[in-house]
Amino acid sequence: MPDHKIDATKWIDSYSDYLYNYTISRVSDSEIAKDLVQDTFFAGLKSMKNFKGEASERTWLISILKRKIIDYYRKINSKKGKAEVRMSYSSDSDDEGEWLEERVEDQSYKNAEDVLENTELSVAIYDCLEKLPEKQARVFKMKTIENFDTEIICNELNITASNLWVIIHRARTSLSGCLEKNWY
Amino acid sequence: MSKLFLSCDEASHVCDKAQYNESTFWERLKFRVHILFCNLCKQHSITNSKLTETMNKSKIVCLDSKSKSEMKKCLEKEMKSQDANH
Repeated sequence: MPDHKIDATKWIDSYSDYLYNYTISRVSDSEIAKDLVQDTFFAGLKSMKNFKGEASERTWLISILKRKIIDYYRKINSKKGKAEVRMSYSSDSDDEGEWLEERVEDQSYKNAEDVLENTELSVAIYDCLEKLPEKQARVFKMKTIENFDTEIICNELNITASNLWVIIHRARTSLSGCLEKNWY
Repeated sequence: MSKLFLSCDEASHVCDKAQYNESTFWERLKFRVHILFCNLCKQHSITNSKLTETMNKSKIVCLDSKSKSEMKKCLEKEMKSQDANH
């Protein structure tokens, strides 16, 4: 048994958002992204013994996820996949709107620089969020990223509104400071 | 009643609420008056808005709690079956 211990039960709380955010900028489909993240955790569970602890757990999980994403693209770009795509495009040619939409989803059609910068920025934000106390990060995420109403968050976490605003204020202040150092 | 209607604490609260479009018109007006006199709050307001802008620009996403708890369930099941195999 290696001397470091991995607690897989904490993976979802600690890394799922980060991994999902990483995936969504690369596959552009939330269901597929969720599946890939889930697969990554399973694969991590299987190869836990091989984790030497040289990198952080997150880096290790990302390296697994990267391979999963490559596998995914390999699969959809296989000969069979391509044939299927071409058939579906030619068969309903009157449905032009949908055709265009699907093309936009394709990674190569995106503005590569924008994608890159947004990904890097959200990674920087997650890096900073990780430094916050767990509760602050949770409330901030719910309020700012998921855009939940104040009331809903208060009910779910059993806090008062003034409590929430104090937490938000602290989170915003630390986050601004952290991004000031690492990003701006 | 110092610094025209709002204290710095109140001002920063309004400023935070404004980032989520939850401040009233009257609150924003009082805040405007406050930052005419208070440089500290003015500076805070600038950094606070910058953070909002950055968050919007990043297109950052996170998983909803329902998917998370589903994932947790699946992972725990997988862990149990793995333990059973060993």
